[in-house]
Formats: sequence, C-alpha cells, structure tokens
Amino acid sequence: MTNRDAETSGTGERSRPAHDSSAQKPERFRGRGRGGNREQLQVPEAEFRSYYGRPIIKAPVWKNPDVPLYLFLGGMAATSAGLGALGGATGRPTLRRTGRLAAAAGAAGGTVFLVHDLHRPTRFLHMLRVFKPTSPLSVGTWILSPFATVAAAAAASEVTGLLPRAGKAASTVSAVIGPALGTYTAVLLSNTAVPTWHEAHRELPVVFAGSAAAAGGGMGLVGASVRDNLPAARLAVAGAAVELAAGEFMERKLGLLGDVYGKGRAGTLMKASKACLAAGAVGAVLGRKKRWSAALSGLALMAGSALTRFGVFDAGIASANDPAHIVVPQRERIRRRQATTEEGAAPPDRAFA
Amino acid sequence: MTNLFDAFRGTTPSLSGPLPDPSTDAGWSGDHPKRVGFFTDTSVCIGCKACEVACKEWNLVPDDGTDASDLYRLTGMSYDNTGDLGASSWRHVAFIEDVRPHGTATPAHGGQQTGFLPSGLPAVHGGNGHTPRDAATAPPGPEGSGAGTVDLLALLPDGGAHGQQTPDDERDVRWLMSSDVCKHCTHAGCLDVCPTGALFRTEFGTVVVQDDICNGCGYCVPSCPFGVIDVRESDGGAHKCTLCYDRLGEGLEPACAKACPTNSIQFGDLDELQAAADARLAELHGRGVHEARLYGRDPDDGVGGDGAFFLLLDEPEVYGMPPDPIVTTRDLPEMWRNAALTAVGLGAAVAAAFWKGGRR
Repeated sequence: MTNRDAETSGTGERSRPAHDSSAQKPERFRGRGRGGNREQLQVPEAEFRSYYGRPIIKAPVWKNPDVPLYLFLGGMAATSAGLGALGGATGRPTLRRTGRLAAAAGAAGGTVFLVHDLHRPTRFLHMLRVFKPTSPLSVGTWILSPFATVAAAAAASEVTGLLPRAGKAASTVSAVIGPALGTYTAVLLSNTAVPTWHEAHRELPVVFAGSAAAAGGGMGLVGASVRDNLPAARLAVAGAAVELAAGEFMERKLGLLGDVYGKGRAGTLMKASKACLAAGAVGAVLGRKKRWSAALSGLALMAGSALTRFGVFDAGIASANDPAHIVVPQRERIRRRQATTEEGAAPPDRAFA
Repeated sequence: MTNLFDAFRGTTPSLSGPLPDPSTDAGWSGDHPKRVGFFTDTSVCIGCKACEVACKEWNLVPDDGTDASDLYRLTGMSYDNTGDLGASSWRHVAFIEDVRPHGTATPAHGGQQTGFLPSGLPAVHGGNGHTPRDAATAPPGPEGSGAGTVDLLALLPDGGAHGQQTPDDERDVRWLMSSDVCKHCTHAGCLDVCPTGALFRTEFGTVVVQDDICNGCGYCVPSCPFGVIDVRESDGGAHKCTLCYDRLGEGLEPACAKACPTNSIQFGDLDELQAAADARLAELHGRGVHEARLYGRDPDDGVGGDGAFFLLLDEPEVYGMPPDPIVTTRDLPEMWRNAALTAVGLGAAVAAAFWKGGRR
C-alpha cells in the first residue's frame, strides 16, 4: 500500500517505499483501495499477499525526463528522415529541409539524453563493444549510431549546400533506417519484467509507431510551407489516429495491469496526450492551408506524442512498484496451469513431493 | 550467447526452457567446472544475519545508505532493517511474524487459507489444543473438521482487543525467516539485456557483473524478475551477488554459506544440492510440515530453474519473491517480429503519405 500512496501522490519517481504502520503485517493484503482499517475485510477485489506490501521487482532507474524525451525525439527523427528524403524526391524543398534537420536534431538530442541517462556516462562507448540481439538496448545503439551519422550528414549537406548528391544518399539511408528507430523503443520497454510494459508487447510497437508518425508529421507541419506540407499532415493525422486507437486498445487489453494508465501522473499525462493528439489532428485537417494553424496543429501533435511517451514511462514505474501487478497475474497463471494439468501431476508451484 | 540467431528461429531453447549446462551454452568449453549454486533451507534459518555481514565484509559492499530519513533506518518490518536486495545488499534476511490465534490450522499448500488473520484478534479456543508450532520440527494441527476455520462473528463482540492486548499465550507466532539472494537463473534476464557485455555467465554457471565494463545503463534493473540487481548511487554501476566468484576460483565456498551457523545456506554442485533439497522436502513432508515447498528448483519454470533455490514454508510472495517468474527475453523473438512488422508498416505509411500528392 505504500507504493500505491507513492503512485497516487503523483511523483512517479522511483523511490524506496516508506513503511507506514498499516503495512506491517504480512496478512492478506486486500486489493483496491487499501490503506484504511478493518472495513476492508469485505469483498476483496484482487486479494494477494506480499512482503509488507513492498515492490517485488525493481523499478527502472532510468532518468526522467531523459529517457521519455529520447523516446519522443527518436520517434520524431525516425519519421522526419522519411519525410525529408521523400520530400526531396518529390520536389518539396521546405519539407526536405525540415525533415533532414529534424532527423539530425532528434538523433543528436536523443543521443545526448541517452548518454546523460547512463550512470557512468564517460563509458558510453562501451555500448559499442558488442552486438547482442538479446539486448534491445544494444540493438538500439546499433540502429541509432548509423542513423545519427547519416542524418547528420544529410543535414550538413542541406545547411551548407555542399555535396548535394551525397546528402541525398545519406538522407535516403536515414529514411530506410528510420522506421526501425521508431519502433525498436517499444521492444526496449517491453523486454523488461515491468508487467505493464511486458504484457503490452504486442500493442506497444503500434502505439510507438503512431506516436512517431504524429511527431514527425507534426514537425513537418511546423517547418514546411503550406505548399509542401500535405504529406506531413497526412502522416501526422494517420499517426495520431493509430496512436489513439492502439493506446486505447492497449489499456483495455491490459486489464488489471492497465489501471496505472487511469490514475496518478501517468493517467494525467495520457489524458493530456489524447487531448493534444485529437486537437492537433483536427487542426491539421482543417487548418493545414494556413501557415499559423498548420504550425499550431503540428505543435499539438508533437506535444501529444511526447506526452504519450512520458505517460507510458510513468505507468511502467508505477506498475513495477505495485506488488499486485506481479503477484495477482502470476497467481492467475499458476491457477490456469493447475486447471489444465490433470490430477496427480506435479503441482505447478514448484513443490516437488 | 551462442546460437542467438538459431534461438530467434526457435530451434534452440537458449532463451527459455530447461538448459542442463548454461556455461557451455554461453560458450565455455566442455571441461569447465560443474554448475554450482545455493540451496537456502529456510526451515532452519534463525535470522542471525551472519550471511548479510559476511557478504558485506568479504565483498567490501558499502553501506546501502538509502533510507537516511528513517530513524536509525528502522523499517518497522520485524527484525528486517535491510528491506530488500539491492546494489549494496547481496544477501537479505526476510522476517515474517506470522501471528494467528491458537488452534488455527496451517494453510496447507494449495489449500484454503481461512486461518489467515491479522494479528491481534483474540484466540479461538477448542481447536486442536495448544501445541507449540515450529514448522520445522513439529507437525501442524489437524486440518479440516472445522479446526481450520475461524468464526469471525464469534470473535467480534467480546473481542475489542487489538494488538498487544492479546496475551501472548493466546496467540501462535510462527517466525518465517529466509535469506534471499540472487538466483543466478539458468536464463538470466539481466545478462540477456546487458548491452555492454558487462554481465556474463561464469564457468561455474553463475552470473557476474564486470564492474570495469558496466556503464550504468540500468537495463538489467527492471529486467530481473526477482528485483535483485540494482545500480549503486555512489559509483553508478550495477551490482549484485557474484556467488563469491573470487572465492570459487580458489576452491572456497561463498562467504555467506561459510558464515551460516545452521547450514541454512548450503553451497555446492547444483545437482547435489537439488538431490539434498528433494530429500529434505520429503523428510519435512513426512513429519507433517506440508507447507514446505521448494522454490526455484524446477528446471521447467519460467527462468529455467535457479542456481540459488529455496525451501520455503509459505508462498513465495510472502517472502517478497514472485510466485511465477518468467525471464522477459522468452518473448523477445516475438517482440522483434512485432517491431519489425510495425517498422515496415511505418515506412509504408510515410511513403503512402506522398501518394498522389502532386509536385514533381
């Protein structure tokens, strides 16, 4: 229950839970709305036991805002690279310029945040010692490094006007790598023991891809001229729609584990995100042809995308700090397994008679 | 880490499932030493914390210093002022004061747990007598026949007593003590996700962090299904039990096992420990301690079995351990597939946004 207090108090930060006296007994903790006295003896909604109500797994030590910002910037850069390359190929100079610059800025900024997030930043190059497919962070490093390199080259060519053919080639390569950068971050979060992230491993890539499209398209709406911004508007609106739908689907499908999206800071962030995305998408459809309304819509879409990343991040922290998120689903898993094994088989609770 | 791409095609079980020899799977040649581990028999743990102290002393583990706001860092959780495993706590003794009225039956494993009451409720008399219950040595009371249930309504009117007002001789206190430690999983999530290769599988089948490689990315921390490894604030590196890798190399047993006065912590070759644990469990069951169960012993469990496993006297979550842990990378091949498909979709969406958009 201490973790619930921390969670609803909205700090969202990883903290060692306080030990209030009501958490002292390893009695059967009673699920929703604990923290009071004996009136909770009735109708437990999700009854589970725990060690003084303490978290079972460790919440991520990743820094906030570094990591959610990286998730946002990486997504924005991922789709901006594509808009830049195709904008160049279809004769939309302002979209090309915006896409190339945003891809480079997003990749560079994201890299800075990632390095700053390390607890030993001077050793960031150790990331490049190995390539490990079992580590999404390693795979991500090997996606981000070449992406940042070619995106920076394309942007340099754009700004200086030098080597336009090489700039175009670099831009094309960044557009090809981009989508991987936009979706691998979902695996990065899902491939942890954090229940709300792990159990969403089917939906989270779609949410993040939608978020990346909304951010990159939003950036295009901000930077490109009215003459050039149609593809950016289309991408942004489609991205926002996918992000809204997939996010809603994910929260519902998570069931008990989705409760962290409905309360605390994560709940607030997700609500704000949905409002921004919806407003931005409507604005992009109606106001694309005016420079100021297009830019405003783009900003709203980018804000919505960023808020989603912050919300998902906070939801994971809250989930990791809640022992119910570990015990209740795992008990249910054991119960289901027990139900499917016939009588007399070895008990699934690892009791070897 | 061999055969990773095979693993991704699902042709080898090296991301999950039983694995007889994790060291060879990690690339050690066949003549490496046998896999070693801990068997922690909590039924004989006396909560002396000698393991915690010995571990700190030998491994030079600093003060965990994270609860500075607490008065003398007292948690109020019985005698447990360590709290949990972490970067600077590689052994952690859990204390559970299981207080019940007299005559309430033990919630046998898998059975109804009607006897579980918060402390302080008055005793129910007329149960199965007043035999003292020490789970390790004495059989619990008979179950069923109403002795295992408590009539809450009968308790309430004349009760009114709370907490310490109930005389001690009307309560049964069962002490559960357990020295927790890194499980040295057969399929270790921390090792799988480490992007620098700082975490590695030793020739003894254990999992160790190379401190000079770790760059403090923290990915191992949320990837451990047991909440063991953590990043230390003072030096920024991830730390956890090494199973005294330095001592193993010299043929010594780990410091905690050496210091344990009751042999609750047993060190040895894993296959021998497993046989000893099975025998101990059979012995306890024979003596009527039906709540005894092994945790982390099963090579078919979600992490392929633990290198450090336990004999517990209650459900794992009571000790702060997950009841059914699964290594997160079990689902990683599917996650990569999903992400790759989504990436293709994202690329297509970007291209489609230019469809018939004029220009050029």
